[in-house]
Amino acid sequence: MTPERHLPMTLLIRGGRVIDPAGSVDGVQDVLVENGKIARVGAKLAVPQGAAVIDAAGMWVCPGFIDMHVHLREPGHEYKETIASGTRAAAAGGFTAVCCMANTQPVNDNRAVTDYIRAKAESEGVVRVYPIGAVTRGLEGKELAELAELAEAGCVAFSDDGKCVMNAELYRRAMEYTLPFGAPVISHAEDHTLAHAGSMHEGVVSTELGLQGIPAAAEDVMVARDLLLAELTGAHVHIAHLSTAGAVRLVRDAKARGVRVTAEVTPHHLLLTEDAVRSWDANTKMAPPLRSTRDAEALLEALVDGTIDCVATDHAPHALSEKEGEFDHAANGVVGLETAVTVLIDRLVRPGRLSVATLVSRLSRDPARLLRLPGGSLGAGAPADLTLIDPDGAVTIDPARFKSKSRNTPFAGWAATGRPWKTIVAGKVVWECPPK
Amino acid sequence: MGWTRKDLLTIRELEAAEILTLVDTAASLQEIATREIKKVPALRGKTVVNLFYENSTRTRTSFEIAGKWLSADVINFSATGSSAAKGESFVDTARNIAAMSPDVVVVRHSSSGAPALLARELSCSIVNAGDGAHEHPTQALLDLLTIREKKGHFEGLSVAIVGDIAHSRVARSNIHGMKKLGMTVTVAGPPTLIPPYAQELGCKVSYRLEDAIRDVDVIMMLRLQQERMHAGLIPSLREYSRYWGLTLDRLAAHARPDVLIMHPGPVNRGVELSPEVADGPYSVILDQVSKGVAVRMAVLLLLAGGRSGEAQAQ
Repeated sequence: MTPERHLPMTLLIRGGRVIDPAGSVDGVQDVLVENGKIARVGAKLAVPQGAAVIDAAGMWVCPGFIDMHVHLREPGHEYKETIASGTRAAAAGGFTAVCCMANTQPVNDNRAVTDYIRAKAESEGVVRVYPIGAVTRGLEGKELAELAELAEAGCVAFSDDGKCVMNAELYRRAMEYTLPFGAPVISHAEDHTLAHAGSMHEGVVSTELGLQGIPAAAEDVMVARDLLLAELTGAHVHIAHLSTAGAVRLVRDAKARGVRVTAEVTPHHLLLTEDAVRSWDANTKMAPPLRSTRDAEALLEALVDGTIDCVATDHAPHALSEKEGEFDHAANGVVGLETAVTVLIDRLVRPGRLSVATLVSRLSRDPARLLRLPGGSLGAGAPADLTLIDPDGAVTIDPARFKSKSRNTPFAGWAATGRPWKTIVAGKVVWECPPK
Repeated sequence: MGWTRKDLLTIRELEAAEILTLVDTAASLQEIATREIKKVPALRGKTVVNLFYENSTRTRTSFEIAGKWLSADVINFSATGSSAAKGESFVDTARNIAAMSPDVVVVRHSSSGAPALLARELSCSIVNAGDGAHEHPTQALLDLLTIREKKGHFEGLSVAIVGDIAHSRVARSNIHGMKKLGMTVTVAGPPTLIPPYAQELGCKVSYRLEDAIRDVDVIMMLRLQQERMHAGLIPSLREYSRYWGLTLDRLAAHARPDVLIMHPGPVNRGVELSPEVADGPYSVILDQVSKGVAVRMAVLLLLAGGRSGEAQAQ
């Protein structure tokens, strides 16, 4: 990582509201950082000789946010995003670590690609990058990728994200084979035969617009299968971008039975519904699609009660030309790194629908735990990865200002209050909000 | 009521009064077809581009004749034979056409929502000539004009729309228009051809032809596309025809004697309609076609000519 700005080895973040769910801390405290690690958290700490000081009065001081589901597009699709631009987008969105999906070109299904991603991240990235390896060679769903070597090379999970491994036998074997590695298999749970050629949620809006729908059952069927396979194999299965009330119910029941399942939800599935498609804006098109109001409500309830473990953005950059044409021909996916924190604070935390502590936990402690990543806590000795937030900062979301190379957001023009303020990785400030 | 919209994209977004303005204007323009010299100067100097991304003989010809009778310059742009084949995107093509300053672009596209995208990109008027399974507003307008001419009014009439509702833009536009004008609509077909939540559009749903056509004023039969069979939505054309084909026997047994039989064309004779019904006394299928020109004249006139144009045509 090349820090954009060097600070002395000792840093004191003073007077902010420290929110550390892992340590059950929520109050005005100081955080002392030494040599890239958290040294102490406490009230009115003395300023050590030569320390830099950040006056964080009025700000939230949180463990660094981790987005476990992004597409950095490098290698192969650098016109959409690169490791350099994607990690800068992450930093600008308050994320100190991202996990990047394997659907690059070539696919991250072998050690050479994993090594390339890690080397690029080391030399050009500004936040931590954890690669996710493919489950099957070429994402073709036919043969297992070299999973052991991928794990050894540093892949923290396995996924054919963007595609669903339709062959249940092969997926079962992938779960078994990866058992020793302590890394979950991540399911993009969508039955291709049911999703068919759909381009939005199957419901009253798809009927009205005459767009081919994707029924909620396309997800529910696959979530049910994967939960049964997790039960059969004892493997840890993580369900990516949960989008339906039915899938929430299945995950909740499975957790109650002791199945090793975790799940994530995206900001867009929490905050938007099928109604947004009436605009014909291709930035409302993604897989899985925006669902009904009832689904969005079930997702929020599940995020609050812990059925859903974390928020992930499924940051999916696409060039304008892939998003400006006919809705049914447009590419799936939206960018999310630079809007997630703002829209979640403004639309969920400020109206009291989600507590600050839960939001911070779902963005830091919980993804760190389920992937066994360093970070997610402000305990002494933890990496000094911190996300500082200005809860009263007002913004209007303007894609032209994104650090990402792509602009495909459904949140353009939203006025919101609450924004990332500074992003600190290993004790170094890698991004700060430009002064007004 | 006057006309203030830049575009005609859907029936759903129109007020009942706007629909009636279009239907009334079309009714008044029908007389032009009977003149010896079928030309009025209403749109002289205006340019109408027919931008067709899907094959269509009837609709394209109908717009072309309508434009010519109004003295507009009409250019046909068949996107299958030009830039689309060279990889130019839809929006790029649209911008190129816009650069030629047309007054109206009439667009037919296989993707739902394509005309709405054009309307956002282009400052000229856009007419939706059929987009995916979304809407086909001018077809609904000509159907409405046909119904009013035969029945004298709209309020209280009942209509059965039969066949592949799920993939039909004609059905959607008609459902919206008929509901707004006080008619009751039943959609009927095998469940695989009825879209989910069809009731939410404000219509009744029937899975039996005999029930659907009982006591209705109008039966609108839709064309069954062969590819529905390959997609696993129906087992065979033979079986479809057996249960959903409208025959003289079925009509005599279940329908009212003064029922109107409509079809947006082209008819699969022997599949959804038996030849005796298609050509029989109940059928108004050719009336629909001839009213198509009047409706498209009305649309072009209201969008490109405004009220003054209307006056000139009178």
